[in-house]
Amino acid sequence: MRDFNAILTITYRDVMKFLRDPARLVGTLIFPLFFVGVLGGSLQANLGSGVGYNLLDVTFTGIFAMTLFQSTCQGIISLIEDRENDFSQEIFIAPISRYSIVVGKIVGESLVALAQGVAIVLFAVLARVSLTPTRLLGLLPTAAVACLLGGAFGIMLIGNFNSQRVANQILPYLIFPQFFLAGIFYPVRTLPLPLDILSRISPLRYAVDFARGLFYTGSREYDSVVLASPALNLTVVAAMFMIFLFVGTAFFVRRERNR
Amino acid sequence: MAATIEVDRLVKRYRRATTNAVDGISFDVEPGSFFALLGPNGAGKTTTISILTTTLAPTSGSVRIAGYDAARQAADVRRNVGIIFQKPSLDLNLTAEENVRFHAILYGLYPFRPSYASMPRAYREQVERLAGMLDIADALGKPVRKLSGGMQRKLEIVRSLLHQPKILFLDEPTAGLDPQSRRNLWDYLRTIRGESGVTLFLTTHYLEEAEQVDHVCVINTGRIVSLGTPAEVKAQLVQDYLLLDASNRDSLRAELCRRGVSFTETPHFRIEVAGGAVQELLRQIETPLSLVQTHTPSLEDAYLEIVRPQ
Repeated sequence: MRDFNAILTITYRDVMKFLRDPARLVGTLIFPLFFVGVLGGSLQANLGSGVGYNLLDVTFTGIFAMTLFQSTCQGIISLIEDRENDFSQEIFIAPISRYSIVVGKIVGESLVALAQGVAIVLFAVLARVSLTPTRLLGLLPTAAVACLLGGAFGIMLIGNFNSQRVANQILPYLIFPQFFLAGIFYPVRTLPLPLDILSRISPLRYAVDFARGLFYTGSREYDSVVLASPALNLTVVAAMFMIFLFVGTAFFVRRERNR
Repeated sequence: MAATIEVDRLVKRYRRATTNAVDGISFDVEPGSFFALLGPNGAGKTTTISILTTTLAPTSGSVRIAGYDAARQAADVRRNVGIIFQKPSLDLNLTAEENVRFHAILYGLYPFRPSYASMPRAYREQVERLAGMLDIADALGKPVRKLSGGMQRKLEIVRSLLHQPKILFLDEPTAGLDPQSRRNLWDYLRTIRGESGVTLFLTTHYLEEAEQVDHVCVINTGRIVSLGTPAEVKAQLVQDYLLLDASNRDSLRAELCRRGVSFTETPHFRIEVAGGAVQELLRQIETPLSLVQTHTPSLEDAYLEIVRPQ
């Protein structure tokens, strides 16, 4: 019970912190506008006619999953900086389980990322992505999957990096290739073997494909866009989540105490 | 009464370090006492306090806090101690009261509620009483960002006392405070100690602060230099001495050697004697003296002597 309250507190703090930071709120809106509006629109206009499906829709599902994944991941990385500077010192000294801290932080950063998710959907409507009520509903589990996986991925990172500076420098190299390996802008149907292997180990691939699995359910493009069934993707995501969470937390705790 | 802090041959060597940051220190702290760990920057104070508060694992040795082993029963130790870190650990985006409330919930004192008004009455009374004691009741609703350094320190104290710790650790609590705030803080520390009976453990590099506590432990380069009451430490660190000189220095040197009196030439003849022994010595010396001086170094002299980098 104490740990449940602790998780709520850590979550609440993250959300309050976000709401009281106007600069971050604005940044949250700009990023999705750029991706969905500008990039998606341009892809569809230039390449869309030849591929047999709407590239704007494909890009939207990809961007949606990727943004939530990345935003949560980035939020988690702030734990490194926090543990030296502010209230997190106080959290780390509290008599609560380390998993409560990690889970509270993942949930909190997920909620913050969801604000960005809502912004993306609003822009998507303006950009005329083919959204139906069923598809909108399907975005909810997608959001949960992308946030939780991104959060756990972040925990894995902070377990292995000393400082926020290092983590932030490495993060682009871990995220950016996933844009292509995970098929944010187009489904990765055929890849040369080395890239195929990399693609299959990149966590984002499964979140994105899960998003498309739900989005395209019952539509004629399903077979050309979706790589694996949502059930299979969910299983892989769940397994990765557990591994990242437990291994990451263990590393993180060890790093903290055994300096 | 059993000691509330027991440190036995504590050693900490950081990874990839070639020397021990803490090098085999042992000391006890009595319940309800006021204890200061004194030393220059880099002496190992923060390392020690981090191990005592379970945020850092020791390399060897044992630490017991309020009866619990710091390495194996970390959660029990944490429940029984309050900590004020060297760097403020307040969330600047939250109000003063929110910082306090989150602490209360993390320590399992009260269930989570999203606003002050919805928190249990017991919580509100406790917070108002503590805030009143430290004169910051008016600041509770303000964002922490708007509070002065001294106010923030007080807020941290209020927060750390909320779960009624047996021991309150303060890592250089007065660093960065102006003299007025510093004096106030000390007054408040004495007040809370009087009212709650909490054991106070603080680190400082200010000598005058260490003179106001019950027991001082002076450390330098990870080792204990001196340990005891401020008076004892002073007696241990500060040696009175006698300075002599004569126009015929060779004669005085020969005479001192003959009588088996050990001395150093600084360039005057410095002899480590004090009290009645001074007169005893002077009576024996036949060489006409040009200088007789007894000398009592200040505690500060002694301290600076100890902590001077080798």
